[in-house]
Formats: sequence, C-alpha cells, structure tokens
Amino acid sequence: MAPQTCRRPDKSMESKALNNATKRLWKRWGWIFLFAVSLLLILFTPLPIPSNSPADRNIRIEASMFQFSPGELKVNQGDRVTIELVSTDVVHGFSLDGYNFELKADPGQTATGTFIADKSGVFRFRCSVACGNLHPFMIGKLKVGPNLLLLRSIALSLLAVIAALVSLRMFPDQQSRYIK
Amino acid sequence: MTRLDLTHISWTQTLLRSRWPQFLLRAITLAGFVFTIFAGLFGSVVGSHNFAIIFVWIAWWTALKLFFIPFGGRSWCSICPIPMPGEWLQNGGILQPCGKGIGLGKRWPKAMRGSWLQAGGFLMVGLFGAVTLTSPLVTAIVLMVILLLALILSLVFERRSFCNYLCPIGGFTGLYAQVGPVEVRVKDADICAAHDEKVCYDACPWGLYPLALKSSANCGLCMECLRVCPTDNIAVNLRPWGSDLGSKTKHNLDEAFLGLVMLASALVDSAIFLGPWGQLKSAAYAIGSLPWLLFAGVFIVVALGILPGLYIAAVWASMRLGAIKTTLRQSLAQFSQLLVPLGMMAWIAFTISFAFAKFSYVLPVISDPLGWGWNLIGMSGTSWVGQSTSFSLLLQVVLLAVGLFWASRVARRITESVKQALPLIAFSIIFSLSMLWLLIG
Repeated sequence: MAPQTCRRPDKSMESKALNNATKRLWKRWGWIFLFAVSLLLILFTPLPIPSNSPADRNIRIEASMFQFSPGELKVNQGDRVTIELVSTDVVHGFSLDGYNFELKADPGQTATGTFIADKSGVFRFRCSVACGNLHPFMIGKLKVGPNLLLLRSIALSLLAVIAALVSLRMFPDQQSRYIK
Repeated sequence: MTRLDLTHISWTQTLLRSRWPQFLLRAITLAGFVFTIFAGLFGSVVGSHNFAIIFVWIAWWTALKLFFIPFGGRSWCSICPIPMPGEWLQNGGILQPCGKGIGLGKRWPKAMRGSWLQAGGFLMVGLFGAVTLTSPLVTAIVLMVILLLALILSLVFERRSFCNYLCPIGGFTGLYAQVGPVEVRVKDADICAAHDEKVCYDACPWGLYPLALKSSANCGLCMECLRVCPTDNIAVNLRPWGSDLGSKTKHNLDEAFLGLVMLASALVDSAIFLGPWGQLKSAAYAIGSLPWLLFAGVFIVVALGILPGLYIAAVWASMRLGAIKTTLRQSLAQFSQLLVPLGMMAWIAFTISFAFAKFSYVLPVISDPLGWGWNLIGMSGTSWVGQSTSFSLLLQVVLLAVGLFWASRVARRITESVKQALPLIAFSIIFSLSMLWLLIG
C-alpha cells in the first residue's frame, strides 16, 4: 500500500512540472513572436506622409573648402528641385546619395541641375571632386518630407529596451546574482 | 557557460603553439607599417590618393572595429608591429627570447597605471583627428613618434608598458575586448596553484598571470603562456560575446573614464566627419586657430563634462534606488560595464556609415600607393564618390538598437531591480538617440 500512496503524488507532481515547463516554453515563444512582429511592424508599417502639392524650388548652394552653404536643405516629396551650385574657391562637385544626380562647378562658375524629389527620407550630398584633405568629409544633408527612418529608429530603441528587460526575465542569466 | 577550447583541436593548437605563423603575420604588418610611414612622408599630399591615409584610417581602422575586435577581441594586438623592435631588444632575439636582452626593465610608475593615459591619448586623437586622419604627412609623423616611443619605453620599462598604459588603440581594443569572443584562461586552477615556477608569468609580455585572469581586457593574445606552460594547462577559448560583463566581474574607475571618452569620441567624430556642419569641419581642421580652440573646448566639455555628468547622475540615481550600499566611486566603476556594448556598437555603426561610402578608395590606392601616377593592378582612378545606401542606413539603426538592447541587459544584470537599472538605461537611451540623430537624422 505504501508504494501506491507514494507514487500518486509523484505522478501528479511530474505532470504538473511538465505542464509548467510547457507553459514556460509557450510563454517564451509567445514573447519572441510578439517582439518579432513588433519589430517588423516598426520597420515596415507604411506611415502617412503629409501631402503637399509639389512645388518648384530653386536652391543656391555655395561650395567652398570643405563645406556646402547651406549644408542642410529641406523640401517636400514630389518637389521639382533646381540646384545652383556655385564654387567660391576650387572645383567642387555635388553628388546626391540615393538619387542619380551630380553637378560639377568650376571656381567662380555656377552649375545648375534639376531633379524631382520623389523619394522621401534624409539623403547626404557630397563633394565629388577631390578638393583637399577634408574632401571625403565635405557633406551636406537633404531632407525630403519627414524623416520616417528616424521615427522608426526611436520606436525600435524603445522596443530594444523592453526586449532586453523581458529577455532577462524569460531567459534568466546564470551569471547574474540578482535575477531570480 | 559554453566554451570551445581551441587547444583541443590539433591544427589550431599547432598554429597557436608555433611562433612562426604569428611572426610571419607580424613581419607583414611591420613591413606595411614602415611602408605606410614612407608613403606618408614621400607620397601624394592628397589624402585620398595616399596609401598612408587610406590603409590606416579606412582599411585598418575599419577592419579593427568590424573584424578584429568583434570576432577576436585583442587579436590585433597579437600581430601589431609597433612593439616589435622594442621586444626584440628586450628578448635579445627576434623569434623568441634568447639569453639576456637589453633594457633597464623598470616597473611602470604606480601612479600612471590603468587606462587613464590611454583615454587621454584617445582624446588627443579626437582633438587633432581632422588633420591626422586626412594628412599623410601628419599620419606618418604620428606613426613614427609612436614607434619610437614604444621602442624607448621598452628600453626603460619592463614588458609592453607602452601597450599596457599608453597606446590609445590598446585602450580602445582592451575595453571592447571584454565583449569579444576569445579568451585565454587556465584549464585547471589546481595545477597552476601547485606549480611553483610561474614560467607563464615570466613569459607574458603583458605582465599577466593566467591563473588570475578574470577579464580579457589586458590580455594581448600573444600565446606566450601557452607556449611555455610545461603542463599544457592553458586554454584558448571561443566564448559567447559579452562574457566578461556581469555582476561578478570586477571593474575599475579608469574603465569608466575610458568608456566615456570612447562614447564622446564616437559622438564628436560622427558630428565632424558625417555631419553637414562645414564650419565645424573647418574649425577641427584649423589647429591652433580661434575656431579650433572653440572646437577643442566644446569637445572637452562634452567628453569630460556633459557625458560624465550625465553618467554620474544616472549612477547616483541608480544607487539611491538600490538597497545595497556602495560608494559612488565603486558604483561608477561597476556600472561602467554598460558603456562597453553601448560604445562598441556605436563605433561599429559609425564605421559602417563611412566604410561603405569610402571603401572604393582602397583598390585604387593599392594600384598607386604613393599617388605618383602608377597603375600596378590596373585599378588606378577607379574610385567613385561612394554613397550611403538605404541598406547601410538600416544596418546602422539595427546596430545601435542592438547596442541599446545589450547595454540594457547589462544594466539589469548588474543591478538589483528593474527600478535600479532604469537610470542607467535612460543614460543609454540618451546616448543611442544622439548617435541615431547624428548618423541618420
């Protein structure tokens, strides 16, 4: 009789432990799934972009060693942008990341070109003609519409913090003295 | 935790035990170093056409941050050519120690130990970076001075004193090697404890005793301990990233200072080299001028005032929220661990931002290393402007998010509660968002 009375609680404890382990496993995978979905949503959910009617914009940029002036430009998506590049010292170039747009201005001369700002985001423009030691870092910035990547990045940063805290709870670290 | 001991694999053990592979690699890097100095002195004055600038500041500096440290910890130190000539004199031999070498063998002054001077050196690199990173002549002079300094110091002081206490790159790699996936440790502590002759300590150029190794920050992976151990008791482990960080590891105040200088340098370098502020670039370049003095002042205020101020405030708040009583000094040192993943991922993101755009300079400069119009491999004149692609921007975002995730985990692991970790996490968020704004804003 004694062995029987002993076995019963063992079996129920075993199945309880198994249940708990399964629950924990489901919980962990649930969190992983939730974070993966959140990550994808943050990175790829289409966000509404305020629509402004396209306008013509003429922007005069002075290039000198080793700066563009103004160094930051802001236009709306869809704008027709005309750049007037004026070089005040040596030959300078203007090459816009993400757009196939390039200009080259001789000293004292103006080079002009037009493009449609059809891609939104922040794009660097760089001097494309070697003009001195800091030439590789002669950089400016064109903002087309709102910087959605920055907004997504901020959300991603917050998700990273939450994921870090939850991950330590879900996957306790053996090294840690404090995490239970 | 899981470890893979490379000395248990016969071919890796042979490679690590033999001095020849390492010697050959160091001979190549020394030859490259000497050629870099030659190119800087006699090659084109245009940085983008000179081997010295492109190989040191684009190829090597990128490789160090994207390959050597993340996948090998201080592996670069094991093949660095800078201490070689001094070490030959100290050892009295080229391949291995032979008899009595030359040198006074003095101990490094106690007051100057730690990574304080390395952090100061890194600040100097930042202050003069716009010129050093773009002028071949200045790069050559800096490399010559470093080589000479390392040689002179090795004749006066014992072992690798220059690497241990002065080299700014040694400070950089040492700090981030703590999260690297390689470590040298003893296999069985009892065997070492029973062994009276500490041949491993005598052989170590870094002055370390393997039995006491708890962190990989100061181990240059030279493998001398492995070679001289009579009981084959040294392990070279591949380990999970971040193994030196946690509540049980010991950290010093100089690490906090070094970590903060690295964070400040990442911010300032991003602003100078990737930002659209032409006046800032000109100021950083015009050394000695009033604008440069202003720039230097702002840099020093950020590196030694604002960032440390924010960190001290976060640590102080965290201490107030904890139950265990410690001093501010102890907490500043212990919590400095979160600066390691935060800084390493920020430096990797910064490197990605310009490496993708500037890597096109590497092959042309191999073709014409001195900018003299040569075309050795038919690649001269093939460099293009380069640009940040949307993939590179996304990669930077992900890297910074990983840095914040990692730092938050470390913050939580070294504190008693989520509540206590929050100020440290807030500090990490402020830094990460600042980097994000500079890189993709």
